[in-house]
Amino acid sequence: MLYAPTPLHIPDGFLNLIVSLICWLITIVTLGFAISKTNQSLGEKQIPLMGVMAAFIFAAQMINFPVAGGTSGHMLGGALAAIVLGPWAGMLVMTAVIAVQALLFQDGGLLVMGANILNMGLVTAAIGYGLYRSVIGQSRGVKLGMIGFAAWLSVMAGALLTSMQLWLSGTSQLGIVIPAMMGVHALIGIGEALITVFAVGFIMQTRPDLLGEGSESAKASRNWVYVGGIIALLVVLISPFASGDPDGLERVAIDMGFIGTGLDAPYEIIPDYTVPFLGETALSTIVAGVIGAIVVGAIIVLVGRGMKAKS
Amino acid sequence: MHFDAFDRYHEKESFLHRLDPRVKVVVTVLFIVSNALLPDGSWLAFVAAWVFVVASNLLSKLGIGYTFKRSIIALPFALIAITVLFSIPGKPLTTFHFLMWDFTITDAGLLRFVSILIRAWLSVQMAILLVAVTRFPDLVHALEHLRVPAILTTIIAFLYRYLFVLTDEVFRLLRARQARSAAAPGSRSGGGVVWRAKVAGNMAGQLFLRSYERSDRIYNAMVARGYAGHLYTLNPHEMRSGDYYATAFAIAVIFLMQVLGRL
Repeated sequence: MLYAPTPLHIPDGFLNLIVSLICWLITIVTLGFAISKTNQSLGEKQIPLMGVMAAFIFAAQMINFPVAGGTSGHMLGGALAAIVLGPWAGMLVMTAVIAVQALLFQDGGLLVMGANILNMGLVTAAIGYGLYRSVIGQSRGVKLGMIGFAAWLSVMAGALLTSMQLWLSGTSQLGIVIPAMMGVHALIGIGEALITVFAVGFIMQTRPDLLGEGSESAKASRNWVYVGGIIALLVVLISPFASGDPDGLERVAIDMGFIGTGLDAPYEIIPDYTVPFLGETALSTIVAGVIGAIVVGAIIVLVGRGMKAKS
Repeated sequence: MHFDAFDRYHEKESFLHRLDPRVKVVVTVLFIVSNALLPDGSWLAFVAAWVFVVASNLLSKLGIGYTFKRSIIALPFALIAITVLFSIPGKPLTTFHFLMWDFTITDAGLLRFVSILIRAWLSVQMAILLVAVTRFPDLVHALEHLRVPAILTTIIAFLYRYLFVLTDEVFRLLRARQARSAAAPGSRSGGGVVWRAKVAGNMAGQLFLRSYERSDRIYNAMVARGYAGHLYTLNPHEMRSGDYYATAFAIAVIFLMQVLGRL
């Protein structure tokens, strides 16, 4: 009752060392930006605020509602944290939540914590905030609709990243883990979306001043719209592609040299598995290459933007 | 609710309890990294790692099976690794039919599956032991010493401090919902799923407002007591010679495991 584990928290042992370290690297770099940005823009008053908000996200995950057949929905809160606190503070808050879940409750491992923070804290906050900022100034209905979509997509992005990390570690088979994870989380995400929409709607009605509509410069806001939009687009593009044609993604990994390092056992799809359309054609390589380029481009944009903001 | 409702710390007078928190954090992380590095099927090293876990249990005076009993938490996740049973080529062991597919379990697949489970199981036990023999504020303090940015450790410390307060708040909200959800015997109370989600969402929004306002009061109280952007602690950590010996010994044992795993 006090604490319900969720399926996105990867325990230690399920990711190999290299994948864990790469995820830590991405997480540490992003958190470095987040810390320098929050130190710049926030006063000492924000420390207790973020601490209590972290406890709020943790406690809010206990609010559940019965769905059907004895199961219940509750939320992860990444999108909500970013929308009400801003993206950088939201990321720090989610990091604290995930760290405490791992340290205190062993929900999620220590070596793989970098991956868990990336999946559930950073990407969810970027999508949640970016998509939310894209409808600033629109009507309440449009905003809430977009918030719901962003919350749903943030869960899907977390599930997609988790599946890819498991696959790169040689723990799961791509053709099975992606449809399974995405299928389950498409439903979990609906719960996330509904709670987030109604929670933000409630805050809009009672304390609209807390949502800080004009708090950020137009430029920073637009950049977040781009970042959130790009990640969201990637999730939308990759998911059906990856579930329909896992070989394509595998080819990206081989092209980028992941597979050799990611697996220490030879890897093969189920013997009878036949690839639907795209299969062995050049098209799938091209699509894979384009997606790879977009991933790299997005990372460069994000890093470059952070550096510029810092200097 | 009592302030330690979430605490996993077990007060005992033991060698591990007295050890410097930094040592415990570093050794735990090294042990988990070492597990991740062990090749599949290095049974000797897995046994050595298990002996390390059992010995740590004994040293903590919590009982030989303390972490074993609590290590079941990582089990549900094993489901996600189940596909390696069929996906790695090797000598077929058994085949079964499910829906429209034939699944063949191979020996290489089984080896990998079991190895993943053992690694996860050993790692989670060490993490359980870490919080059982270290007070959480000490753990956070150790993280600070280990160069985790102060802003993060402070947020974590606040999260831990106010977790039970806000949990009480959640329980009040849940109790209020239950009190209003009366229903005649045999019939259901409330509306459809969306309506129920709306109630839950409003509760989350309500909780947010209460937390936000509480953080204001907390800040004012802190300023009144002299807060100037930094938190102080009354028990500074000091590495004693025993701490250094313990670290060196643990690192040597972990190194030995790696050697055993590659024989």
